[in-house]
Amino acid sequence: MAATGKLKVRVDPDKCQGHNRCKALAPELFELDEYGNAREKGDGTVPAGLEEKAYLAKSNCPEFAVEIIET
Amino acid sequence: MSQRPPAKDWATDFDHLDPRWVNDPFPIWDEMRKQCPIAHTNRFMGVYFPSRYADVRAVAYDTEHFSSRRIIVRETPPPRIPAPPITSDPPEHRPARMVLLPPFTPDAMRKLEPRARALANELIDKFAQRGTADAAVEYAQEIPVRLIAHMLGLPESDGDLYRKWIKMVLEDGITDVSIAVQASTEMQHYFMRYVQERTEKPGDDLVSYLINVKPNGQPLTSENVIGSLRLLLIAGIDTTWSGIGSCIWHLAKHPEDRRRLAAEPKLMPTAIEEFLRAYAPVTMAREVVKETEINGCTFKPGEMVLLSFPAANRDPEMFPDADKVIIDRKENRHAAFGLGIHRCVGSNLARLEMTVAVEELLKRIPEFSLAGEVTWSEGTVRGPRRLPIKF
Repeated sequence: MAATGKLKVRVDPDKCQGHNRCKALAPELFELDEYGNAREKGDGTVPAGLEEKAYLAKSNCPEFAVEIIET
Repeated sequence: MSQRPPAKDWATDFDHLDPRWVNDPFPIWDEMRKQCPIAHTNRFMGVYFPSRYADVRAVAYDTEHFSSRRIIVRETPPPRIPAPPITSDPPEHRPARMVLLPPFTPDAMRKLEPRARALANELIDKFAQRGTADAAVEYAQEIPVRLIAHMLGLPESDGDLYRKWIKMVLEDGITDVSIAVQASTEMQHYFMRYVQERTEKPGDDLVSYLINVKPNGQPLTSENVIGSLRLLLIAGIDTTWSGIGSCIWHLAKHPEDRRRLAAEPKLMPTAIEEFLRAYAPVTMAREVVKETEINGCTFKPGEMVLLSFPAANRDPEMFPDADKVIIDRKENRHAAFGLGIHRCVGSNLARLEMTVAVEELLKRIPEFSLAGEVTWSEGTVRGPRRLPIKF
């Protein structure tokens, strides 16, 4: 799972149903709107050291709504 | 319901009220997944049972062919008892759901945590010195009842009444619809009183919130308010009661997991998700409204589909070692709270209640074991209804 390049996370708003798994596992990378639906923080760039959390968030989303873009 | 003829064959004559299914459904589902991944029964006027994750997911996502206007499989078709948004389809579903989401965000739930912890300890106080307890009756069931009453602004002491209605709707009402209807009528009268009271004198509670919320500049109809209250009360109680009970049942039988959780409290969120996967309490249903085919099986309009999130969660194609409870399981896309647009609105409340219930119990009573026969509920929600423990 170790990535060499920079990572970005993105929540697909059409798929997210507000399970909140990403926010629970990686609060540094995701935030919730007033309905509890998730979106990536800022432009989604994953700071160094948080790569594992990004993959954890992705692999625990029941709706497959979290994407990781390797740049 | 002991007079029901036993299921002759799980693939073609299954019966989710059969005592074998109620007591231990997992081997039955394993067999179904291998032999006949979408089973069918002529009982209950025709029901399909997908047992694989992919097929459960396909049905949950397909709101065109599978309607939520009936979400419980019963012996006879019930008069509709609307409880939006759970009984709604698109396009009505979304606005009804948007109304209910803000009061159940993780931030909103955090405010309830102190009450939840105090409540758990009040309950433990009552049996801590005794050395035995029925963890289902004296503990698990009381936490969600009182917390949802607290949120709605209803008397916490009316718990017995709520449990009576829930049993009438979700258990007794499966074979005798008139019982479900009667419960619904009683609930309506009960809620009317509080709706009237809070209309005159609003408080900081969910009844007042629903009366005053104006999603499109318009307040909800009183039918919608009552329907949503009915949903919150029914959906918010025996579901989490079952979830908490199953956690305690597992921990009573698995001292290694219990001790590890006590020693590594940071593992708790991951463990709770695993308990949710392995012992998902809720099986929903859909009505087939247009003929369609999934995985080679034709679904006929008018028949029902049991949407078993618990069976999906045990599919080894989706979850390696699906039959093992692994409290540090890293990848866990479990479907305990449903998939798609009907994701359980109260999932954050359920997680809070389960976490608090297990944490406080382990703090006060770190060592306990089973002390007698465990009985399980039948039908829509599965969990221990008698759970004797000793410590």
